[in-house]
Formats: sequence, C-alpha cells, structure tokens
Amino acid sequence: MSALKIKKGSSKHSAYNLRSSFGDEIQTHTLAILVDNEAGVLARVIGLFSGRGYNIDSLTVAEVDHEGHLSRITIVTTGTPQVIEQIKAQLGRIVPVHEVHDLTVDGPHVERELALLKVGGKGEKRVEALRLADIFRAHAVDSTLDSFTFQITGTPEKVDAFAELMRPLGLIEIARTGVAALSRG
Amino acid sequence: MTSHMTGAKMVVQALKDQGVDTVFGYPGGAVLPIYDEIFQQNEIRHILVRHEQGAVHAAEGYARSTGRPGVVLVTSGPGATNAVTGLTDALMDSIPLVVLTGQVPTFMIGSDAFQEADTVGITRPCTKHNWLVKDTDKLATILHEAFHVAKSGRPGPVLVDIPKDVQFASGNYVSGKKVPASEYKPKLKGDIELIKKLVEAIEQSEKPILYTGGGVINSGTAASQLLRELVKSTNFPITSTLMGLGCYPASGDNWLGMLGMHGLYEANMAMHDCDLMINIGARFDDRITGRIDAFSPTSKKAHIDIDPSSINKVIHVDIPIIGDIAHVLDDVLNMWKARGRKTNSAAISKWWAQIDEWRSVKCLNYKNSKKTIKPQFALERLEELTRNRSDRYICTEVGQHQMWAAQFLGFEQPNQWMTSGGLGTMGYGFPASIGVQIAHPNALVINVAGEASWLMNMQEMGTAVQYNLPVKQFILNNERLGMVRQWQELLHGERYSHSWSDALPDFVKLADAFGAKGIMVSDPADLDDAILEMVSYDGPVLFDCLVEKHENCFPMIPSGEPHNKMLLGEAETGDAIGSSGAVLV
Repeated sequence: MSALKIKKGSSKHSAYNLRSSFGDEIQTHTLAILVDNEAGVLARVIGLFSGRGYNIDSLTVAEVDHEGHLSRITIVTTGTPQVIEQIKAQLGRIVPVHEVHDLTVDGPHVERELALLKVGGKGEKRVEALRLADIFRAHAVDSTLDSFTFQITGTPEKVDAFAELMRPLGLIEIARTGVAALSRG
Repeated sequence: MTSHMTGAKMVVQALKDQGVDTVFGYPGGAVLPIYDEIFQQNEIRHILVRHEQGAVHAAEGYARSTGRPGVVLVTSGPGATNAVTGLTDALMDSIPLVVLTGQVPTFMIGSDAFQEADTVGITRPCTKHNWLVKDTDKLATILHEAFHVAKSGRPGPVLVDIPKDVQFASGNYVSGKKVPASEYKPKLKGDIELIKKLVEAIEQSEKPILYTGGGVINSGTAASQLLRELVKSTNFPITSTLMGLGCYPASGDNWLGMLGMHGLYEANMAMHDCDLMINIGARFDDRITGRIDAFSPTSKKAHIDIDPSSINKVIHVDIPIIGDIAHVLDDVLNMWKARGRKTNSAAISKWWAQIDEWRSVKCLNYKNSKKTIKPQFALERLEELTRNRSDRYICTEVGQHQMWAAQFLGFEQPNQWMTSGGLGTMGYGFPASIGVQIAHPNALVINVAGEASWLMNMQEMGTAVQYNLPVKQFILNNERLGMVRQWQELLHGERYSHSWSDALPDFVKLADAFGAKGIMVSDPADLDDAILEMVSYDGPVLFDCLVEKHENCFPMIPSGEPHNKMLLGEAETGDAIGSSGAVLV
C-alpha cells in the first residue's frame, strides 16, 4: 500500500493509519445522549449517523425530564475506536445535545431491553413454550387458545437466546424496544 | 424591553437589535409581511438579488470580509431550496449566516400547499442549526439565539423558517439583552497542560512548520496579530491553506506560500519533512494531506481547533488543543515567553537553508508567450498593478483560475480573500463580490473568474448595475472548463468529454446589454492598459481576458500521492496518477 514502504506501526509520530496503537478492530459502544425534547432533534441525531455513514445497532428515545424538556437517547453503535471518537464529537456538535456519555468507556453499566414475542402452537409445544418462559422469567401478557404473547426483559443476549428457543416452538412475531442503559452506582 | 408587535415587525426589530445593516434577499408570497415591514423603515438596507443562491453567496462575501454574520431573506419553497447550495458552502467553510425563510401558514404545513417545502428537513444537514417557528411569542428569542449560534464556536449558517401566519400574528417581543443565556457555549480556553506540551515542542523542534487555516481568520483579527507575533519571535516557517490566506502577510519573510494539491513546492516539502507540525485552525482536508498513510511521516503534530470533531478526524495528532485560536495563541506565547523564549535556533537555521533550496526550484515558473496571454501572466500583472491598494478584496470562482489566484496574488491582511474552499462552488465568486462591495463601498473588489463559473450566476449583473457596485469581474477566458480539462488530459486519455462550451456569449456585448462596461483583451501587450482601465472605471466591469486555452495548473500533487511526489510541470505528467489515485476526486 504505502509508497514509502513504511511498516505499519513503525513510526512513532505519523499519520494515524500507520499506528497499530490506534486500532482498527470493530467495537460496540453504548452511548447515552441527553437532548432538548424539541421537534426534529431525533432526525438530527439519526441524520448524523446516516449522513456520515455510521452504524446504529439499536436506538431508544423517550422524554425523561418533563419540566426540563429533556429526552434521553440510547444508541448502540459499532465502529473502529477512531470512528467511535468521531461519533461522540459529532454528536456533541449538535446544538440541542447537552451531554454525550459513552457508557462502554465510562465504567460498569446496566443494559436492559424489553421484548414482546407472539408464539403460536398447540399441545406439547405450547406447554414447552410456557415452561421455557418460566425459566427466562418471561410473563405471558396475552393468551388465546392457540397462542401466547410473552413479555421478556433483560440484556439483548438474553432476549436473543429466548427468541431462538421460541423459534421452533412457533414464534410468529417479535417486537423489541432496543437497549436502555444506565451506569452503575 | 418587551412589547407587543406582529411577527413580521419582530423580524425587522430583531435584526436591528443585532446590529444588522444589510439584508440580501428576494421577495415572494410567504415573506410579504416581512417585506412590508422592510418597506416602512430605513435602518436596514435590503439588496435585491436576482436568484436566491446569489443572495446567500453575497451574504457570505459580506460575512467573510467583515467578520459579521451575513443575513438573507427569501421566500418558501423554491426560495428556500435555491438557498441550499449557499448554505452548504457556508457550512463547509464555517461562514456565519442567518437565513430567514418564509413558510406556508402553520395550518397548511404538510398539505403540499403552493410553494411549500420541508425547509427545516431539507436544510438540516446543511446548516449548523435550524428552527421552524410555530409561535409568534417564541420568534424573538429564536432569532437572537440564531445569531448567537451562527457566531459562536466554529461559525456556520443557521436558518429560521417562519410561517406566514406567525408573521401576521402578534406576540411579545423580547430584546437581545433580555433573552436568557444560551445553552450553547463552546469552550474558548485551551487545556493548559497541553499548551505546556506544545511550548516544550516549540522549544525543542529542529524542523518546525506552522500550518494555518481559515480558523485563524474566523477567530478574529487578534488571532492574526498573535500568529504574526509567534512567527516573528520564533522564526518558524509558515504555510497556509486556501482558506487561511492573509492571516500571515504574503510579503512576510517566513511565508512559504499556500500548501496542498496546487500549493508551493517549498510548503509541501516542508510539511513532509518537518519534525513538528503545528496546525492552527485548519482541518487536514484531503486537498492538503494527499495520501494519508504517507502524510508528514516523521512529525509530531499539534492541532489547535475550536471544534472537537476536527481533532483526530483524519490525522491522528499528538497534542490536541481544543479552544479559540486567539485565546490559545495568547496562552502559548505568554508561557513560551515566561520560560525564556527558547528555540533551537541553530537547527532552525539549517532548516531554513533546506527550505531555501526548495524555494530555488521556483515552482511557479511558467513559459510565457508574446502572442497569447498566459493566465499566470494575467494574474501577475493584476497583482503588480493593484497590490498598492490596501483596500483590495479578491473573490474567486472555482477551478484553475482559483488556484492561480491563490498562487500569484499576495494577501497582506485577513478578510480580503473570499473563495469557496470546502464545497468548491462554481458561481460563488460573482455574488460574493457583490456582498463584499456592499460592505466596503469604496474598496477595490475584484472577482477572479473563469468564464464557465462566472456564467453560473451571471444574472447578478442586474444586481451589480442596479446598485452601481463597481465590482471588477476579471474573467480568465479559456473557453474551457479548465480544471476538468486538465484532469481529463492527465487521467482520462485526453478525451475531453463535455469540458468546453461551443456557445459562449460575447462578454463585451453582454456587459453592454446589462448597462455595465465590457473590456476584451487578447494581446499581452494590451493587458496593462486594459487592467488600469478596469480599475479606474467607476462601475461594474466585465473584463474578458482571452487566455491560453490549454494551460495546466502546476505544481500539482496527483491524487493518491504524498507531498514529496509533486508534479512541477508538463514534462513530469506522464503516468503520474496510478489507478488507485484515479478514483479520488
């Protein structure tokens, strides 16, 4: 690649993509963004991601402070460390954005997601679905004679695992909220 | 002071409160109430352009030459969409603008009404921020906030979309002083620990270079003064991007000229070989860095910028300092002086000897002709015959002429050079020159243009004539899209696909038709007299300078190559651009 035949990482003070320390492995980060709850603010955040080619794995948003008109946006995104840094800096530039926290970097944090799963079936499959739901502490929030709707909360991995188990038992539909996250302590 | 008035009146009142003296605009159905208010007062001057894109570029010219935000007023729908190119241009070059657009009444929004467009949606990615005002009571606060956001931090264009019913309705006006403090407060002072690291690097460096950009100009005249002091007291060499020309005087001893794709050999070589690069208000644009993985491979890099997202965006830096240039340079200078004004002067003398060797290459040399006017020669003569004017302002369009202007004209002061850098907008220069002349009525305002760029906004001749603005349109006419033609020659096997026009107007007759003066010159021997005639004429001049049609712009760093692989002239162009470079623009 390099016309100058410089080995990657061989120069201490050089353009960034010669540095091994800068890293080009793809990482997943959870960002919490506090914004003014005003018209178009979500479009600004999403437009930033699409306009600059960043990824959104999951996104949740709701008003968290009625008096202060503040909403909290939680975004799970992936990218190289340099891209993650850019995403945070670019988010910080948006005028109605107050705070940007990288929960993945800031320390231990809790991530939870809620999902609703509609599972159809009769006989032994129906009993098995109910049994597994109990193990996962999922609640049946709606039922008919040939279907259940389960509500499950947990980490995205737990929701994934539960959905995988429900698939052969007659999973019809799934709705997920995306991740909400807070730092611990 | 709060008082009750209509939304339309509030707009005019808020502009007065903000010290606005000029608005560039074009009326239409959705802004008629505001135009009615403008009609009934004399403090704010409205300049009627001929196209909304012209209004925004004129406001950019006004803003760049004064340091104050430019103000634009246009109608809904097509008025707003025509403004989009100018907004994007201002965003890329960090120019403060406040653009006011009319909108259909709130109760009709979303109904595909006549001249309705989703203006805030369309302009969201091309403004620093924008607002749709749905309540007359909030209008004044939003307008004051709009000026604050446009001017603060890294400046940029903002847009306020005002539905017609909001203009008619009455509400409480809040003056600028009474508006609650804005939440938007970018950091001005740099981190003192990092400034200390930079001072240490300045003390130790053997091969330093200052790489400055438009941020110095945006920071204000104090930043340019501090920069000049820094250069003078350290004897460091200094180069600048296209956007930063004028923050250090071209006549200064330490000036290496512009750097980058068409920058000077000595500037690019010094960037490549330096051991300390201090980036002051520039952004490692791809026109500057060339090939990223071979960009200045042995240097420690410092970067001073008010925008945190500029840091490490393209090039990893060792000393990132987030803050306003003037604040940071003041701290750097004070600390450096307090620590004994140390530099490695012996090594720096050796560095200058090396730079002088590069200078002796005389990279701007070109083969002159007695028969045809070379574009470089035309600019050399323009420079010679107008350099004594301290009130000379230069605008450009985009292309070869722009690069030649940057190479051959010297800028002694900031805010006297207006060019579309980031977006590269053909059609920028003419309306920008109108904005500059409005702000500086007695100054010599010259737009160095190519004939193709100039034609893109030629309707503004009407504006120039109506307001008797003595703007000089210095057209280097090669009957080609020169830069496109150059790339086709170097990259696309000399297949000149659509890079010339077979139907150019007679520019002298065109000037005549608009009621301006036209001058045509084709003989090098007549050039000086023609330029003097242009300068001394009191009114707009269309100067049609017929130049060599196939001249290429050198030096040039071919796409995909590092700084030390410059092409200096025709002989070197062979296979200079590899296939991987050909995909780059």
